[in-house]
Amino acid sequence: MGEAIVITSGKGGVGKTTTTANVGTALAILGKRVCLVDTDIGLRNLDVVMGLENRIIYDLVDVVEGRCTVQKALVKDKRFDNHLYLLPAAQTSDKSAVTPEQMKQLVDELKQDYDYVLIDCPAGIEQGYRNAVAGADEAIVVTTPEVSAVRDADRIIGLLENEEHMKPPRLIINRIRGHMVKNGDMLDVDEIVMHLSIDLLGIIADDENVIKASNKGEPIVLDPNSKASIAYRNIARRILGESVPLLPLEEDRKGLFSKIKKLFGVH
Amino acid sequence: MSIFVELFVEVNVVTKKKQYVTIKGTKDGLTLHLDDNCSYDDLLRELEEKLTVSEKIEPDSPLVSVHLKVGNRYLTPEQEEELRTLIRRTKNFVVSSIESNVLTKEEALEWKRKTEIVSVSKIVRSGQVLHVQGDLLLIGDVNPGGTVIAGGNIFILGALRGIAHAGYYGNKEAVIAASVMKPTQLRISDVMNRAPDYKTDEGNEMECAYIDEHNQIVVDRLQLLMHLRPNLTRLERRM
Ligand SMILES: Nc1ncnc2c1ncn2[C@@H]1O[C@H](COP(=O)(O)OP(=O)(O)OP(=O)(O)O)[C@@H](O)[C@H]1O
Ligand SMILES: [Mg+2]
Repeated sequence: MGEAIVITSGKGGVGKTTTTANVGTALAILGKRVCLVDTDIGLRNLDVVMGLENRIIYDLVDVVEGRCTVQKALVKDKRFDNHLYLLPAAQTSDKSAVTPEQMKQLVDELKQDYDYVLIDCPAGIEQGYRNAVAGADEAIVVTTPEVSAVRDADRIIGLLENEEHMKPPRLIINRIRGHMVKNGDMLDVDEIVMHLSIDLLGIIADDENVIKASNKGEPIVLDPNSKASIAYRNIARRILGESVPLLPLEEDRKGLFSKIKKLFGVH
Repeated sequence: MSIFVELFVEVNVVTKKKQYVTIKGTKDGLTLHLDDNCSYDDLLRELEEKLTVSEKIEPDSPLVSVHLKVGNRYLTPEQEEELRTLIRRTKNFVVSSIESNVLTKEEALEWKRKTEIVSVSKIVRSGQVLHVQGDLLLIGDVNPGGTVIAGGNIFILGALRGIAHAGYYGNKEAVIAASVMKPTQLRISDVMNRAPDYKTDEGNEMECAYIDEHNQIVVDRLQLLMHLRPNLTRLERRM
């Protein structure tokens, strides 16, 4: 029996879909059987980021309305033989096409066959959110180091804490820019964690390669040399229960390096 | 034998005099002690009797305030009203207060709710409202967008970054204290105080807010409270 994890944020555009794609792929790389579920009905993206758009035949609404079985609707990612699947969202309906009860039933069914079911949640706190959390056992909250994103994360955490069927949510801080934090133009990791007071699962730097990779339909985590890729893999290992120390951000390391150079009088 | 006689005499006196109502003068007016063993109807009858007997009303003599002590008798609001009108009608008396030793369970629970300290351990997050009737002891933070409301005082072991409203039902003596005081808004009773627009970083630790003599909310060191609100020490205050 697998585990269902919803990736949510409250605020839009902070990186839920990117996180779902990369963490899911990383779990598959680590040998787990993973199913990604896109619940952003009407605004589906996950298939594009995964590069699986062309192979969609049926979608989540088709399954819920009984037009096909789940197995038939699942799109297989050929890069990971039999380890990674996607259940795409419908593009032609809206969030009200599915009820939380139907979602729970569907996720419970998927948990029979997969180690991890990752649910990509739409922005907001309305029906789409309720659908996405209905079948989840735990939640990952994604935020960026902006006051408004942290505010919305706080709101979502409050709602998640009221869901009795779920474990305490964990946090990913995305798109950190080392130099802005250092100048005090951005909230730093400690500040955000203290404020939200939930466990930190990982931090991802703001990296244009993430965008490039997503545009190509090849999640950045497939590139073993990128910093962001290592960060996503570390998150996957923490989900599996390993204790992996936080990776310092690139800029921080440069900062530290130049401090050391200064210390020794080298410029 | 002699005991028997005494007892007999005693009983005799009571039945004869029917002392259900005793009147005592105090410096603040009159106190009427109403017996709590007899029936309500007997009480009413005797009260009426007593008040009309000693009748000597001069038309424009001043009103005398009367304090009613009803002992262990519970009076319904209707009965209280009846006593008030009876007394007002028959003499130039006016009932200033009615004191009973008895509370209904409902009143007792209400009193308990309004005076007890409710302790809650949680983070009040954006969009959440925590509302208690009495004093609130919050072990945790109030985040921006979160609200705590108390009929009494608010004590926060943690950071107050959202809205706190103490003395919600009109108690201006109520205070708000927090380990870290960085609220977006403070309210005590009907007085409101918005956070200053400039952001200060120092001096927000261990502070309290209260209404001063100019009816303004001020924020100051926590240690001042013992002088400003000495009542905070007594646990069974407001009884
Ligand atoms: N670490 C990162 N560095 C740079 N760009 C990023 C990073 N993470 C995400 N992005 C970019 O931010 C944009 C929004 O990301 P994404 O679509 O994953 O957000 P979302 O939370 O799913 O949005 P929505 O609420 O619309 O579903 C995308 O263009 C994505 O490529
Ligand atoms: Mg998305």
